[in-house]
Amino acid sequence: MTTFTVNGSAHRHDGDPEMPLLWYLRDLAGLTGTKYGCGAGLCGTCTVLVDGQAARACLLPVGQLGGRAITTIEGLSADGMHPVQVAWRELNVAQCGYCQAGQIMQAAALLAKTPRPSDADIDAAMSGNLCRCGTYPRIRAAILRAAEGAKS
Amino acid sequence: MNAHLANDIANEIANLSLSRRGFLRGLAAGSFVLATGIGPARAQEAKEAKKYAGEAMSGGLRDDPRIFLTIEDDGTVSLLCHRAEMGQGVRTSWAMVVADELEAELARVVVAQAPGDEARYGNQNTDGSRSMRHHFQALRRIGAAARRMLEEEAAARWNVPVAQVRGERHEVVHAASGRRLGFGALARGAAQRPVPAADALVFKTPAQFRYIGRDGIGLVDNLDITTGKAVYGADARIEGMAYAVVARPPVYGGKLKRYDASRAVRVPGVLQVVVIDPTPIPSAFQPLGGVAVIAENTYAAIKGRSLLDIEWDDGPNAGYDSARYRETLEAAAGQPGKVVRNNGDADAAMARAARRVDATYYIPHLAQAPMEPPTATARVTAELCEVWCSVQAPEAIRSDLSKRFKLPLDKVVVHPLLLGGGFGRKSKPDFASEAAILSRAMNGRPVKLMFTREDDLQNGFLHTVSVERLQAGLDAQGRAQAWLHRTVAPTIQSIFMPGAKQEGAFELAMGAVDMPFAIPDVRVENPAAEAHTRLGWFRSVSNIPHAFAVQSFAAELAAAAGRDPRDYLLELLGPDRVIDPASMSDAWLYGEDPKRYAYDTARLRGVIERVAQEAGWGRSLPPGHGLGIAAHRSFVTYAAVVVEVAVGARGKLTIPRVDIALDCGAVINPDRVRAQLEGAVIQGISLATVGEISFKAGRVEQSNFHNYPVTRIGAAPKQIHTHLVTPTGFDAPLGGVGEPGLPPVAPALANAIFAATGKRIRRLPIGDQLA
Ligand code: FES
Ligand code: FES
Repeated sequence: MTTFTVNGSAHRHDGDPEMPLLWYLRDLAGLTGTKYGCGAGLCGTCTVLVDGQAARACLLPVGQLGGRAITTIEGLSADGMHPVQVAWRELNVAQCGYCQAGQIMQAAALLAKTPRPSDADIDAAMSGNLCRCGTYPRIRAAILRAAEGAKS
Repeated sequence: MNAHLANDIANEIANLSLSRRGFLRGLAAGSFVLATGIGPARAQEAKEAKKYAGEAMSGGLRDDPRIFLTIEDDGTVSLLCHRAEMGQGVRTSWAMVVADELEAELARVVVAQAPGDEARYGNQNTDGSRSMRHHFQALRRIGAAARRMLEEEAAARWNVPVAQVRGERHEVVHAASGRRLGFGALARGAAQRPVPAADALVFKTPAQFRYIGRDGIGLVDNLDITTGKAVYGADARIEGMAYAVVARPPVYGGKLKRYDASRAVRVPGVLQVVVIDPTPIPSAFQPLGGVAVIAENTYAAIKGRSLLDIEWDDGPNAGYDSARYRETLEAAAGQPGKVVRNNGDADAAMARAARRVDATYYIPHLAQAPMEPPTATARVTAELCEVWCSVQAPEAIRSDLSKRFKLPLDKVVVHPLLLGGGFGRKSKPDFASEAAILSRAMNGRPVKLMFTREDDLQNGFLHTVSVERLQAGLDAQGRAQAWLHRTVAPTIQSIFMPGAKQEGAFELAMGAVDMPFAIPDVRVENPAAEAHTRLGWFRSVSNIPHAFAVQSFAAELAAAAGRDPRDYLLELLGPDRVIDPASMSDAWLYGEDPKRYAYDTARLRGVIERVAQEAGWGRSLPPGHGLGIAAHRSFVTYAAVVVEVAVGARGKLTIPRVDIALDCGAVINPDRVRAQLEGAVIQGISLATVGEISFKAGRVEQSNFHNYPVTRIGAAPKQIHTHLVTPTGFDAPLGGVGEPGLPPVAPALANAIFAATGKRIRRLPIGDQLA
């Protein structure tokens, strides 16, 4: 049995400890904001925060999460007003939007650590997050906008 | 992703359903609507013998506001969107148009998604860059008619002539008396009024538009997307559902020989192993067959599948080897083929040319790889079949399932959810069929069927592979006098017609036969090519190889003539003229009227000049940098691109800047047009630099994003500048937006690399060719 929190609520998993967090979230917990894109750590659509650090939910066996605090897109803010979420809307970043939960979580983790990221910081932090629709220019702009918004 | 052919097939199927009426689902019952009638016949258009555009599509075009609009007592306007949202922004852009003509506040408009029902909603096949192109005027009529009904209701209540009242910002106003009533208060009465005839409608003038053509409009799905609440096909959660993945034959046309599931069924959570029958090739949009593992969760299903022991009979395509096949295609391009366009005598002109240039280009198979792989959830009982999925053509799967389960159409309900990208892959609903088959096998328990990324790449509907051979004869001044293009590529028709070996009109007219250059002697040939895998539409389709070859070759000719590539391209285009469609073989024009949409070379020149100017064509560049230009018309829209590259030590390629100019006629939602162009540039760079699906022993060699790479943020241009060439007014025919930006990107990139290094790229992807 493993216990941990997701978006502040207590969770308990008695099943296969090898099950990746991604499927626990989507299938068992009904939190479908976190997406599948590759199942192999290659695309970032499944990005969540584990104790504040960005992590790929498709690679994290639930059995290893004892005591951890997981944050998913549904719990990033109570009202959708995290500066990254606001900036994403202001710049209409999304096309299909499927990758954007992962992008937003990754960007939130980046800004938590590096409040004024350079282009190179953004490239480095965001390079694991694919967007097949090609929203990268707006992702970059929105991160910079969120950085400003958070400061002011 | 123009599924013209698929559409023909869908047409046939949809005709069966025309006598039936669906009923409105998925919309809160409102006070305004809920009549089941089909809109007033558009008598004038019905008289025309040959139909084009939306009127020619299966199910046609509807503009009855009672079908699409609901206004609640509190004034909330619900718009039913019957085209799929896959990132092109159709839900937002359509709401803008209707809200504008309705004089509704966009903030008080909610957009619901219509179920599959073409008899009721008209054509729903979201593909071919035509949702706005076909519907703009119909959406205006919907909004204007509903506004008129509200105005009539208010006028009647106030007992004043309707000419004295006006819909304005969610109210109807009687200026003379200062009286005003909100849309909500008027809705019930207005709904009882007859829908005004189209010719009685009064439309807003462009100066009165508050949303159409305006920038900065937020996406209707923004809040849901940024908070994780948006529901994609993969996110359906149906009470009691199980989860499935399928092991499919690795070779197209293969069959199951034997299997042993004893280890798979021991995985905790695995419920059942089900064999899905193969569809004999050509298998159209039907499942490939294989062995499904159904479990209590996705993880158990995937784990169970990995423990299946399966032997396949690979069938006729077991020997498919894409490297060897490239040689086959090249050999075919060396021989004459079926003549598909002929002006003058290209051989004679070639013979008397002062100089001949000859180049062969190769473009590999590509996978669409939408970030959301194909996923569908189905619940199939003896009486009712329901599917929740992200499909581009909900009616196609509906009619498919109705046949498969011998259920009347109204017992097949397709709930389209958001698409996590489509790019043509999701116009093929094979995955929804698989989900339905599995739910039936589970006696009606709902089943969510998911393609893993490996499945998506290895059992997809790939972009074709092609060799394009171009020959030109130049006169002593370097002017092109003769043009011979041999295009050799397996056709998408091969998935429908056994032994199809020639490109269809819908492929040839994507940049091969509709080559616009003012060259006197032109021949385009199509040597035969056999398909050895399952093909399908990929965003921009055959425009990708054709534009890559033609626009790379134009720059090669410029180099041969010692001329500037932009100047030479403009010269090739020749004097401004509207090209007689018959002179380009008059084959096919994206379903549009060839006269209304005849090729206007001035518009291509317009985007070339605009993009060159904006990009600073001819500016001095740092060492190792180069500019390349390319232009292409597709989906009846004109696009031109300038790429700046920097090629560094050991051939390291970076792309600091891309400019793209588009003339798609009037721009309805500039923000989404720009977004589509930004995306097209990046997807174009992705396929040009790294995209390739290859085959050995009939099997796809790639399995996931480590060996089928997709451009990441660091490799995307830091600067993408989009330039919209917009006519004044909104009455001219619209062009497509989703696809036309992509084809010129790869050739502009190759031309920039040539400018920077002198190295000519003739084979995609570029990969390590610069090393
Ligand atoms: S699904 Fe986890 S990185 Fe792709
Ligand atoms: S917005 Fe579609 S994959 Fe990123």
